[in-house]
Amino acid sequence: MSRTDAATGTGSGEFVHRRRRGAELFLLVVALLVGLGAYAAVGLGMEGEIPADMFTYGGGLTVMIVACHLVVRFVAPYADPVLLPVVAALNGLGLAVIHRLDLTYGEIGQKDDYAQQQLIWMALGVVLFLATLLLLRDHRTLQRFTYTSGLLAIVLLLLPLMPIIGTEINGARIWINVAGFSFQPGEVAKVLLVVTFAGYLVLHRDALALAGRRLLFVDLPRGRDLGPILAMWLVSLGILVFQRDLGSSLLFFGLFLVMLYVATERPGWLVVGGTLFAAGAFAGYQAFGHVRQRFDLWLDPFAFYGEGTNDLGRQSVETQFGMGWGGLIGRGFGNGRPELIPYANSDFIFAAIGEELGLTAVMAIIVCYGLIVERGLRTAVTCRDGFGKLAATGLAVTFALQVFVVVGGVTGLIPLTGLTTPFLSYGGSSLVANWVIVALLLRISDQARRPLPSMLSTEPDPEPDAEETQVVKL
Amino acid sequence: MSELTLFLIRFAYLAILWIFVLSAISVIRSDMFGARVPDTGRGRLGRKEKAARAPKATKGPSRRRGAPTHLLVVEGSNAGERAELADAPLLIGRGNDAAIRLDDDYASTRHARVAAFEDDWFVEDLGSTNGTYIGSARITQPTTITLGVQVRIGKTILELRK
Repeated sequence: MSRTDAATGTGSGEFVHRRRRGAELFLLVVALLVGLGAYAAVGLGMEGEIPADMFTYGGGLTVMIVACHLVVRFVAPYADPVLLPVVAALNGLGLAVIHRLDLTYGEIGQKDDYAQQQLIWMALGVVLFLATLLLLRDHRTLQRFTYTSGLLAIVLLLLPLMPIIGTEINGARIWINVAGFSFQPGEVAKVLLVVTFAGYLVLHRDALALAGRRLLFVDLPRGRDLGPILAMWLVSLGILVFQRDLGSSLLFFGLFLVMLYVATERPGWLVVGGTLFAAGAFAGYQAFGHVRQRFDLWLDPFAFYGEGTNDLGRQSVETQFGMGWGGLIGRGFGNGRPELIPYANSDFIFAAIGEELGLTAVMAIIVCYGLIVERGLRTAVTCRDGFGKLAATGLAVTFALQVFVVVGGVTGLIPLTGLTTPFLSYGGSSLVANWVIVALLLRISDQARRPLPSMLSTEPDPEPDAEETQVVKL
Repeated sequence: MSELTLFLIRFAYLAILWIFVLSAISVIRSDMFGARVPDTGRGRLGRKEKAARAPKATKGPSRRRGAPTHLLVVEGSNAGERAELADAPLLIGRGNDAAIRLDDDYASTRHARVAAFEDDWFVEDLGSTNGTYIGSARITQPTTITLGVQVRIGKTILELRK
């Protein structure tokens, strides 16, 4: 891992990153334009006029974004300039699309306060984002909580199985319900597991990579090195399978595999992981009815659509109709019928965007996610400490896997598994957790891009005549 | 609202979306190529001149009289091995790509790095398991070392020598 930062030369003082806070501010203004423009376009498309609350809504969003920018400017001045604007733009666009669906849901007499709730969750996410940046001044502090956060993650994953607070929605028991608010603890566990994996692997990567027996073409590490982490992973995965949350299981498995690979630099892990995944998928297909159903729906959704069938393929089929109708530049806000797709505002928000804004917008959004992941991995490459590298890699990979799983599922590339589209989908827990992830990435990138303090301050020369003393010694 | 207006709104919005994406990419681009080389008192130089002087700068203090020229292992199983500071930055550890390859069970694959900045030499721990010590203090950030300062890695002790 150190080879990479030797190549960029961060250590030798050749290459110093600029702060780029001005660039960030400029991008944030454009990002606000993306979010508020969408809101205005929704109003114009749906009701023929700019929404009446444009100024209060716009003001609220602007206040949140400006607060983020100011805090970043003061406590993380060297942080990456692109991450925050991209996140702000995605969140703004997501809010507008959810609001657009609310308007239609209101017309047909369904629950229509999703956008309001999402705005509250966004505010909470921003508060936690600011708190993370303000309280966590050095990401290496997190390394101390390696095992604590692992334990906490498992407790959080177990919470939905508890009798009173746990609730089952659509066959997946992954929600808890406290005081009328439902929350998905798995989303927070995701962040905690990244910290745990990174903290553990950074301490044990030499042992994992070097000590152990060779079996077939893979160096198997000793049991005592791999044991704890494997146990933790099995527990979290077991809980997820038990709760029937396929998407998160896939996410955690991929995350664990990638971090192990990055930490040990052994490609053999990918082979082992790929084999395990294939075996697991096959076993799941054989053992669980709902996995088999997902496969069948993926292969031929039209066989499960329309009269005379169980109509389970409606979601996928309507998505494909919608995206097809949207075409290259979409129908425009208010001219599509995304409400026909069940869960168009959460898991299937991508379908709604594809229908009303078209392939052009879908591509722009995928590029935005690509930018988030690229910035995360770039942070990992620049970062000087092993823990930061692994944590940044893990957080970036979380986004990458999540977007792949959900967009792949919605567009029919892979079987559908329920996950939220980061920042776009309606869903409080996911939004809050993702804002915290971005705060962590910004914190790590601030540390990574900051010029070395000891090298910039002109330290007093340690004992000017120490050199001469040494000459005598020679 | 007429069909044309709605079409224009849709088109304008997609344009805003892509303007955002492209400006984000251009910020990343300028971040990659526009980073500033720290001003070390050589004033403003042309691009070519800068490139020509870059390799010189890595050699750092080695050209000054009385400055260290090599890193020597003074204690441990590799005692007597040395690496020229002219090849800086030097990687120290058990890995094959290290400038000084240590046969020390307490050293990590990539344990520490010795690099120059301006007129000083620094040792930086690369997240090793057992740490890098100067005297009895475990270093947590790049630390200046001068001639004869003993840097301990596991059972090995290294020194800068003339």
